[in-house]
Amino acid sequence: MDSTLTKLMRDFPILDQKVNDEHLVYLDNAATAQRPNQVIEALTHFYQTDNANVHRGVHTLAERATADYEAARRKMQKFINAAEPEEVIFTKGCTDGLNLVASTYGEANVSAGDEIVISIMEHHSNLIPWQQLAIRKGATLKYIHLTDDGELDLDEATQLITDKTKIVAVAHASNVMGTVNPIKQLAKLAHQHGAIFVGDGAQAVPHMPVDVQDLDVDFYAFSGHKMMGPTGIGILYGKRELLEAMPPYQFGGEMIGFVHQQESTWAELPYKFEAGTQNIAGAVGLGAAADYLTQIGMTAVQAHEQAIVNYLLPKLEAMDGLTVYGPQDPAKHTGVIAFNLEELHPHDVATALDMEGVAVRAGHHCAQPLMEYLGLTATARASFYLYNTQADADRLLTALQETKEFFNHGSREAK
Amino acid sequence: MGLEKLNSLYREVILDHSDHPHHKHALPDATHKITLKNPTCGDVINLDIELDNQDHISDIGFTGDGCTISQSSASMMTDAVMGKSKDEALHMAKTFSDMVMGKKHPQKDLDELQDAAILSNIMTFPARIKCATLAWWALQRALLKQPDGDIDSEKEE
Ligand SMILES: Cc1ncc(COP(=O)(O)O)c(C=O)c1O
Repeated sequence: MDSTLTKLMRDFPILDQKVNDEHLVYLDNAATAQRPNQVIEALTHFYQTDNANVHRGVHTLAERATADYEAARRKMQKFINAAEPEEVIFTKGCTDGLNLVASTYGEANVSAGDEIVISIMEHHSNLIPWQQLAIRKGATLKYIHLTDDGELDLDEATQLITDKTKIVAVAHASNVMGTVNPIKQLAKLAHQHGAIFVGDGAQAVPHMPVDVQDLDVDFYAFSGHKMMGPTGIGILYGKRELLEAMPPYQFGGEMIGFVHQQESTWAELPYKFEAGTQNIAGAVGLGAAADYLTQIGMTAVQAHEQAIVNYLLPKLEAMDGLTVYGPQDPAKHTGVIAFNLEELHPHDVATALDMEGVAVRAGHHCAQPLMEYLGLTATARASFYLYNTQADADRLLTALQETKEFFNHGSREAK
Repeated sequence: MGLEKLNSLYREVILDHSDHPHHKHALPDATHKITLKNPTCGDVINLDIELDNQDHISDIGFTGDGCTISQSSASMMTDAVMGKSKDEALHMAKTFSDMVMGKKHPQKDLDELQDAAILSNIMTFPARIKCATLAWWALQRALLKQPDGDIDSEKEE
């Protein structure tokens, strides 16, 4: 992997810089990934040669832009193994996709007395849309909690998902705990009770092979920017029969069949859900990101991150005063690692690491109910991607050690 | 080594205040109270103030959780405004928020802030400005009898 990795690093010029006089170690990939040259060049190429609005012109550029846009859709279809390109809807991102499902499918299918089941580890974007839907409809929102090892409590899930349940919505991988959830099993449980399953794939699609048909999920949303694509573009996958039956999300150009003064008909899938001029260049860039990851292979990406976790997690757990949240077993942990160092506030830790050139996030990670459940106000979080190395893990470990010494008065007295 | 730069932020005085915060307790007879949160990091300050009948701060105390910067800033703020009139305290809050945003103030104003003036360094750590300002915003809002809230809803001048 080493020489491949060195070659790969050259695709990411942003990583080759100094921050606070130290060589940058970027460990905030769960927030957003960096983009390789191939994605940046695809955007530039599109704007320099093919740019036009799609599905709206007979001129050559319009045809080329349309072909680029639809080619990107097919790349994304392959990337998650959807059955048809019409089931792949371009959105602004994961949040947008989840809101789309809540306000169309949810609005049409949830009534008073129904139940929606989510988990306590959800990101706010897979939580608030359901919470607000439940409030609007007089439905009940129920939470699946965790086992002691930070995994989803499947026994509780089996109890909670009943014939009253209309929607089950759970993250495929947690953006805090580093847990991978058994969503195939959850989807099956939901289906046994006549409910649908919505997967939040924001932290899964960038890091592991995902096959929506094998998972048998009904809807599945993710963001482009966490998988090295541009910001402002994402995908909502939905099963055809569900998408067909749903009312549109937004109204306007592009999503119509015929418009009369008092009524309208809707376009075919997927355009019914793509009102207005879309982020065409973003879609093209996302397609390029999918190409890039496909070329490396998602199994290889996953194996690379797993190797770093296998190396780092035991060392973090062994560090005096350091607490890792989520599964302690590296085999059950993705490259997202939330932790706290002694009594230090994670903001102080993140500032100290930043002074060492190590970029991590500190805060509640848009998962306040999870923080509350764990009895925390905030954590630090390091998250790895395919361009991170074991040397990056070592830099984190050294910087943490130095941070500890600094706040334990070591370097204060030396001054 | 990168951590040496940390010394410019975490000066001895700041670490002393966060290790041993002054006036960190609730006041049962507070005349002015507020709870203010920084929703981006979950930091919370509960500030209690007792104004006497001349509108002077006769006692002040805080409780809550937060990082080194927000805790020490709260501690230094309580030292600085103890015994001051309501108007003086409001003026100091304004000086402080101007100072951390890099706006100039007469040296006399900065001296009034006592230890808190040392936080002018926070300017070079933009991500941490809110941590330093939380306590002073709480002071201002409590004195003006404004409701509890989040500092994200504050307009940064
Ligand atoms: C698990 C999870 N779901 C949803 C989102 C929301 O993604 P976006 O902000 O790109 O819409 C994120 C991003 O932080 C996430 O980690």
